[in-house]
Amino acid sequence: MTTSILRHASASAGILTAFAVVGTTLLAATYLVTSPIIAETEKQAKLALIGQILPATLHDNDLFKDSALLPPAMELGNRETTPVYRALKDGKPSAAVLEVIAPDGYSGKIRLIVAIKADGEVSGVRVVTHNETPGLGDYIEIAKNSWIRIFEGKSLSKLADQDWKVKKDGGKFEHMAGATVTPRAVVKAVHESLKYFATNQDRIFSLPANTQEQAD
Amino acid sequence: MSDDTISYKEIIWNGIWKNNAGIVTLLGLCPLLAVSSTVVNGLSLGLATALVMACSNGAVSVVRSWVPNEIRIPVFILIIAVLVTIIQLLMNAYMQPLYLVLGIFVPLIVVNCNVLGRAEAFASKNPVMPSVVDGFMVGFGLTLTLGVLGAMREIIGKGTLFSGIDLALGESAKGLVLTVFPDYHGFLLAILPPGAFLGLGLLIAGKNWIDQRASKKTKWQPNSELRPSPATA
Repeated sequence: MTTSILRHASASAGILTAFAVVGTTLLAATYLVTSPIIAETEKQAKLALIGQILPATLHDNDLFKDSALLPPAMELGNRETTPVYRALKDGKPSAAVLEVIAPDGYSGKIRLIVAIKADGEVSGVRVVTHNETPGLGDYIEIAKNSWIRIFEGKSLSKLADQDWKVKKDGGKFEHMAGATVTPRAVVKAVHESLKYFATNQDRIFSLPANTQEQAD
Repeated sequence: MSDDTISYKEIIWNGIWKNNAGIVTLLGLCPLLAVSSTVVNGLSLGLATALVMACSNGAVSVVRSWVPNEIRIPVFILIIAVLVTIIQLLMNAYMQPLYLVLGIFVPLIVVNCNVLGRAEAFASKNPVMPSVVDGFMVGFGLTLTLGVLGAMREIIGKGTLFSGIDLALGESAKGLVLTVFPDYHGFLLAILPPGAFLGLGLLIAGKNWIDQRASKKTKWQPNSELRPSPATA
């Protein structure tokens, strides 16, 4: 009696194991085939996005080779190390692309990339991901509206600290009626990243290139 | 569900109309309501689901005689999870923009109760070919619902049709986007989740109305319109 139950149970366990092994093998094979393609498309997508905010005339280096890892920084809204892409022209630093998080969007984090020229001027800003309300707060996306381009050419020297606010809060940045929280978060994040760049510029450009990124 | 003689015509009719997953059995509503904000999103997720269902029904039907009854659910889930993950990886590799739009709802196909429901209710009792057809047709019925709901919400909400088709078919397809109402300011409600509920309600009402009219015309007693087997809700 006991042996027949045991035999039945072990047969079931064996079948389940067999299915798990076959399934895992299939998954591993698909992963091996697709992972280089996924990494490549992700890289291309990121390069295309950076290309929108960093004119090709500003750099002659491979941005992915000259990326470095920044330690977590309050100003960037990060709790983990994030890559910075460094643009060099004739071997001299010309701009840096920072990955920034605006933690106080209307529905959570807004991830941005901010390109800042060596002279402290914003070259461009793009939203990478966000969860803002469709039709209200999503005009920060370049696909929906050109609002995000108002940062281009702005710098800490051109705009005083108290002007880095949306107009409703007494600053200089336009925003659309009905959605103030979203642009407020973005303006603040860009402002903070400029301040971060100003104090850390030398360190950003002297960090060793990230060898991990280089490997793939 | 498991007749001795399986008629493909009936399988197709069941999947697309009579037991339509979206508007009759109302299974898997979470992705249905969440991604149907545009036609392209709706159709894409629908087709991904249909593909998973055809494959999973086929696979379940192939192995059905080797799987002891008591471990069939873990085995089915394992098969479905493997298939969904494979499709997820392939989409990420070859249609990344679309993958990013559909986001969490691609892996969530695993827990779409339609998939396990058809595996359990049909594929575990029927030969391979009818099972594949059944899986695909139920998925296709869901795709149609998603497409129609997506079209309604997109036209009313944004005034366009097929926006974002370049995400699925590449940059060259951008010309296919139709602007139904030029200079349209949008009607936010249709895009937001409540619009999905309202739209789905209208679709269900529309289907019931058509069915009622049809049954009046032919003077049938609509006893075949009883609720379908609830499978594994």
